[in-house]
Amino acid sequence: MTATTANLGTGGRQATAAPFAIELKGISKAFGAVQANKDINIAMPRGTIHGIIGENGAGKSTLMSILYGFYKADAGQILINGTVTPIPDSQSAIRAGIGMVFQHFKLVQNFTVLENVVLGAEDGPLLNRSLTTARKLLTELAREYELDVDPDALIEDLSVGHQQRVEILKALYRQADILILDEPTGVLTPDEADHLFRILKGLKDQGKTVILITHKLHEIMDATDNVSVMRRGTMVGTVKTSETSPEALAELMVGRKVLLEVEKRPAKPGALILSVENLSVKDEHRVERLKGVSFEIRAGEILGIAGVAGNGQSELLAALGGIAKATGKMVMNGIELPLRGAGANGQARRAAGIAHVPEDRQHLGLIMDFSAWENVAFGYHNAPEYQKNGLFMDNDALRADARAKIERFDVRPADCWLPAKSFSGGNQQKIVVAREIEQDPELLLIGQPTRGVDIGAIEFIHKQIIALRDQGRAILLVSVELDEIMSLSDRIAVMFDGKIMGFRDPAKTNERELGLMMAGMAATESQKGAA
Amino acid sequence: MDHLPRWADVVLVPLISLLLAAIIAALVLLSIGQSPVEAINVMVEGALGSAYGWGFTLYYTTSFIFTGLAVTVAFHAGLFNIGGEGQAQLGGLGVALACLFIPWPHWSLALIGATFAAAAFGAAWAAIPAYLQAKRGSHIVITTIMFNYIAAAFLVFMLVDVLRPESQMDPATANFPAVTQIPTLNQIPGFSLIFQKDVPANVTLFIALVMAVVVWALLWRTRLGYQIRAFGKSESAARYAGINPTKIIMIAMLISGGLAGLMSINNVMGEAGRLLGNSASGAGFIGIAVALMGRNHPIGVVLAALLFGFLFQGGAELGLWTKIPIEMRTVVQGLVILFTGALDIMVRMLLTWIFGLFRSHKLGAA
Repeated sequence: MTATTANLGTGGRQATAAPFAIELKGISKAFGAVQANKDINIAMPRGTIHGIIGENGAGKSTLMSILYGFYKADAGQILINGTVTPIPDSQSAIRAGIGMVFQHFKLVQNFTVLENVVLGAEDGPLLNRSLTTARKLLTELAREYELDVDPDALIEDLSVGHQQRVEILKALYRQADILILDEPTGVLTPDEADHLFRILKGLKDQGKTVILITHKLHEIMDATDNVSVMRRGTMVGTVKTSETSPEALAELMVGRKVLLEVEKRPAKPGALILSVENLSVKDEHRVERLKGVSFEIRAGEILGIAGVAGNGQSELLAALGGIAKATGKMVMNGIELPLRGAGANGQARRAAGIAHVPEDRQHLGLIMDFSAWENVAFGYHNAPEYQKNGLFMDNDALRADARAKIERFDVRPADCWLPAKSFSGGNQQKIVVAREIEQDPELLLIGQPTRGVDIGAIEFIHKQIIALRDQGRAILLVSVELDEIMSLSDRIAVMFDGKIMGFRDPAKTNERELGLMMAGMAATESQKGAA
Repeated sequence: MDHLPRWADVVLVPLISLLLAAIIAALVLLSIGQSPVEAINVMVEGALGSAYGWGFTLYYTTSFIFTGLAVTVAFHAGLFNIGGEGQAQLGGLGVALACLFIPWPHWSLALIGATFAAAAFGAAWAAIPAYLQAKRGSHIVITTIMFNYIAAAFLVFMLVDVLRPESQMDPATANFPAVTQIPTLNQIPGFSLIFQKDVPANVTLFIALVMAVVVWALLWRTRLGYQIRAFGKSESAARYAGINPTKIIMIAMLISGGLAGLMSINNVMGEAGRLLGNSASGAGFIGIAVALMGRNHPIGVVLAALLFGFLFQGGAELGLWTKIPIEMRTVVQGLVILFTGALDIMVRMLLTWIFGLFRSHKLGAA
């Protein structure tokens, strides 16, 4: 890693002599009383990769939206290649040579790659000419930057990583010199992410300027030349990546020292809480997604499930949480729970002492249009303490409870009337985690606890999980972040293709071994090793 | 995105939409050589200018409150109940059977009995599409529309072949016994001082207003309402929380159908005194517009129902006193629906832009 950063650092220095590709001077933007951006100044040299990091809600996305013409700044100037360029809308941004790759892709699913690239930038009423030029360009780009995608494939048939390449191709087709990527690796596998960074380096070498928005420190350290740190709407500093460290950046982001490693004592596993035998789940197309999984979890222990997304982890959580029908056997505290039929639902599971922080908080864990206080009762709306007079819900009790949880979990803003969708991802997650952990469950199912969550909140959520374990609760942790699995788990199970490839002790394994198991390889070999 | 202040969203947007609808309606009138000023005078005078006019306006309003609330409850469960028309007609059948075949000693008991019959028949008619949606995934919009036609045909059969007295020519039931006649507003002590002439508005108005409060309390104060709204906003999240989708779809649609059915106490029992074909006369469909304009909130529904009551009564007056064809009423209703329902996003965007200008002006001055 050090070698790479040194290289990039040199690249950055060479480029400083050239005029800046983008300069932002005194950019401010307020939404009502909230100052999203306050007097932001950055200068990005041509031909560099410039990282922008900050916690959720720090103002990164607002700043980029201003740069791409979605918002109009209240004050300040944007200079492109040294000249003041007003950007009132995204068309002007494209004309100024700015391209944007959004976190959520904006592609037409049933169009081909070529059609998507050309869409909105056709150079005449007849498509044929545009398509021919685009096809030629795509072939060139594929050769130059490892940006190979089949031009005639339908978007819906492409993997997420390939879809992202189409977004980059779209920007390049529109002759973007400056490419903004918003949290580009959130949806990628480690391999795809590596590939993306190779593409970005290729673009940089051709003199393009890349702005990388992320909150993953290791990506900043690996891929960027310079990095700007934002905190609560202000720019707290721009530094050369080669001259900083992850710890220093984290401190700048959060404004205090952050523990990047989780501190925990060894587990003291107690009584058997959950035992699962031969659990299988079929999806709506009757394809088996979970194929006969068996494991046990004891009190005071965290079982981590590692694996690339889509290898049956979601189905495992859904089956245990009572959302999906399953076959097999699930025994909780010595009592068998039904896996299908009337008794297999979220209410029955909660009654059995199982709390569930789902992987997808926006579609499962929260009602985005409900206020925070309504969400605090979600799933527990039948609890006696939330009822009054036998007929009504005790909304006052709900709000009092919500306020207490918001305070204990430091949810910001601390406003229980705000709808869930108005909170940042990290704070939404805190609402879900607060709701589920404060039930003091016997077993906590927790999926992707820190996906899209900023560093300060990650540290906080990890501490809560460890604290629950230390109170003697059983925890099933599912995460695609291997770091998270390795630092939190007391035992690790690796899933591949709906099956558990093996169990490992986090102290006695390494990322390489787990990575191979996650890829479905070396299973037999590693089993031999375990025997 | 910048947001509108809540008051502007709730008050200003509907008012501007209405104004736009009125302007277009005025242009239409001008183009057929009629005077918009005269038309609005006649409408206001006829619908709101006298206690007598109010008696008609409130009569229509009552029906629209029921059907608007019906759409509202289903909407909060994420279901678009277009079947209010058919459910109201079946409710009318329930009222007719209760009034004709049970010997009621007093109108108040008849009212209670007919209320239950109307709600039960309306709910039963909604139950079939609800079941098909919950269990078979048949889309509720399609099935409820089809059930409107089935209801109409079924009622023709009932009126022609079953309930029509032998000597009678028109397809209708016999007149209900006099004892089942519920008081109109002019027959209620106190109100009779205001309403001196015979008006069709009747005690059902108060039932409608009570139901508006009940629906509000149900949706925002009870556990069932919480579950209905949660399910309506996100079915996947509701499943996660262990909310039973089948149960919620069934209950929400039964309540919705029951509310639509209740409207028939107003027109069948309160006004006609017998069951005629096409008894709901479009109120089921108007309920969709009322709910849309009332933002699916009971207060909004009551206000929107009043507006449509005014349009209905005022429009009838147009046909009576001017050369403006009565179809103009449908045109005006259509425009109101178009602007308050379909095009209000346009008004909202315009207002957001204006408010944005105003804000940046203030910031610049500061």
